[in-house]
Amino acid sequence: MRVDRSMRQRRRGVAAAAAATAAALVAAPWLVDDYTLTLVARALALGLLAVSTAVLTGWAGLPSLGQVGPYAAGAYTAAHLARGGTDVGVTQLAAAALAGAVFAALVGAVMVHARGVTFLLISLIVGVVTATAAGRWKAVTGGTDGLAGIPPIRLVWSAPPLTSDRAVYGYVLAVTAGLVAVTVAVLRSPAGLLLAGCRDNETRMRASGHPVNAYLYLAVVGAGALAGAAGALTVTATGYLSPADLSFDTAVLVLLAVVIGGSTSMAGALLGAGLIVGTRDWLAGPWPGHAPLLLGVLFIAAVYTRAAGAITHRIRPPWREAP
Amino acid sequence: MTALLTITDLTHTYGQLTALDGINLTLADGARHAIIGANGAGKTTLLGLVAGTIRPPSNGRIDLAGRDITRLNPTRRARAGIARTFQTAQLVDSASAADNLILAAWHHTGRRSQWGRARYRRLAARSRSFLAQLGLADCADRPAATLAHGQRRLLELGMALAGRPRLLLLDEPAAGLTPDAHQQLLTALRGLPTQVAVLLVDHHLSVVTALDATVTVLHDGRTVRTGPCSQVLADPAFRDAYLRTAPAVT
Repeated sequence: MRVDRSMRQRRRGVAAAAAATAAALVAAPWLVDDYTLTLVARALALGLLAVSTAVLTGWAGLPSLGQVGPYAAGAYTAAHLARGGTDVGVTQLAAAALAGAVFAALVGAVMVHARGVTFLLISLIVGVVTATAAGRWKAVTGGTDGLAGIPPIRLVWSAPPLTSDRAVYGYVLAVTAGLVAVTVAVLRSPAGLLLAGCRDNETRMRASGHPVNAYLYLAVVGAGALAGAAGALTVTATGYLSPADLSFDTAVLVLLAVVIGGSTSMAGALLGAGLIVGTRDWLAGPWPGHAPLLLGVLFIAAVYTRAAGAITHRIRPPWREAP
Repeated sequence: MTALLTITDLTHTYGQLTALDGINLTLADGARHAIIGANGAGKTTLLGLVAGTIRPPSNGRIDLAGRDITRLNPTRRARAGIARTFQTAQLVDSASAADNLILAAWHHTGRRSQWGRARYRRLAARSRSFLAQLGLADCADRPAATLAHGQRRLLELGMALAGRPRLLLLDEPAAGLTPDAHQQLLTALRGLPTQVAVLLVDHHLSVVTALDATVTVLHDGRTVRTGPCSQVLADPAFRDAYLRTAPAVT
């Protein structure tokens, strides 16, 4: 593939921005206080949820407000495992991802037959039903009180529990980085090309013999597994699980994070989630009760300065080279 | 010669409107067949029924190599060996021209187990030589969205052929082409593999003659005449009524 100068410059810029972000995230435990560290950990978990939404919205062409469904399935699975004595992080993570995938497989069987606004509306119903169930299904979710007293995880069976904020942050950062890397690798493989084909021109894909709905179903299930893992990370990062974390607001914020970051960019989704959590929970600190107002200002600024989606062009990994 | 495509008593209605009425058609392997007729004659409906984008028909049956495909969806028909182009070129706009060809060939070549980059690389090498044959070698790495109309048409034709089909459906491939692009298309059509049967819908005389096709004339959903290209086109009444000659192209 011919690589021109502007492409090389862009790649250098992408590499520099990625390296600086990675360095800041790695150095964060020594740079910020414990409260801020917990906020960053929560932002990373929410960012992973945004990544799962970006896979659906940007790559599969299925804009979704329903990713809080598998996210909740994963979060409650991890919380109940932890409260039941299974405190190994990897086990919780695997079980949560499986729960998210199963949830997505069940609702996805219906959803993949819809497109566009219809898909968005079905996903909205999934999100609203999930939020309602989280608030009312007291036996499983603890009702509006949520689930508290969730013990800290252990990395492996014989390891000590991760009780410090730094250790928990390190775990959340490592898992998020690993899962995002796997997602990017999949999307940069021919599987990403097949998904982009379904998004761009379903008619052509069908005429070329591609089982479009099967591809989209796999994308929904894969994104569900990611969302489930994000749910487990949220539980690990906060030590409790509130229905407010699974509300319709969360679904909207995650979709907006994807819009701000650029719908095909995994790094953009993470940064979008970081901006939202930072604005809502950190910037709003000096102005209690004004978080929605600040979020509104953020979104308006993103739209009117044409910043929405701009991150895509700056930090999206270059498209896989042709041989 | 064995019949590749057999259409038997095919009828299709849209509400009260009968678009096709008892069409019978047989194509052998490697045959060239053109469907001509005025707007609203039922040409595109016929192509849609064969491709599976319109289904099921109100009545009748479609067989491909002896297999009833009347109720199969477009994906299954494509895998059975039917490829097509559309009135408006249908491409994956964000992908490069080479990647478009790879997507078109993905399910028709290679072993299923060869999933991933190895298969991609093999198809990529093939797609570049394919693009060179189509005169699109310089466009290999350009996103399809940036290609000119004529290049998009040629690329779509290449995509249809990339899957090594047994039957190729061409829906007005010359529509909207400049004279140069038209000439390029005629060259490509004359070079179509002889083993591939072609069912063509077009108004342009030059395209029909380039393929030296058997011609079926449709009128209000019915077959009014079928015969060799030279005979049908020699009849001034049919030329005037159903064909549009392409200016500046001979």
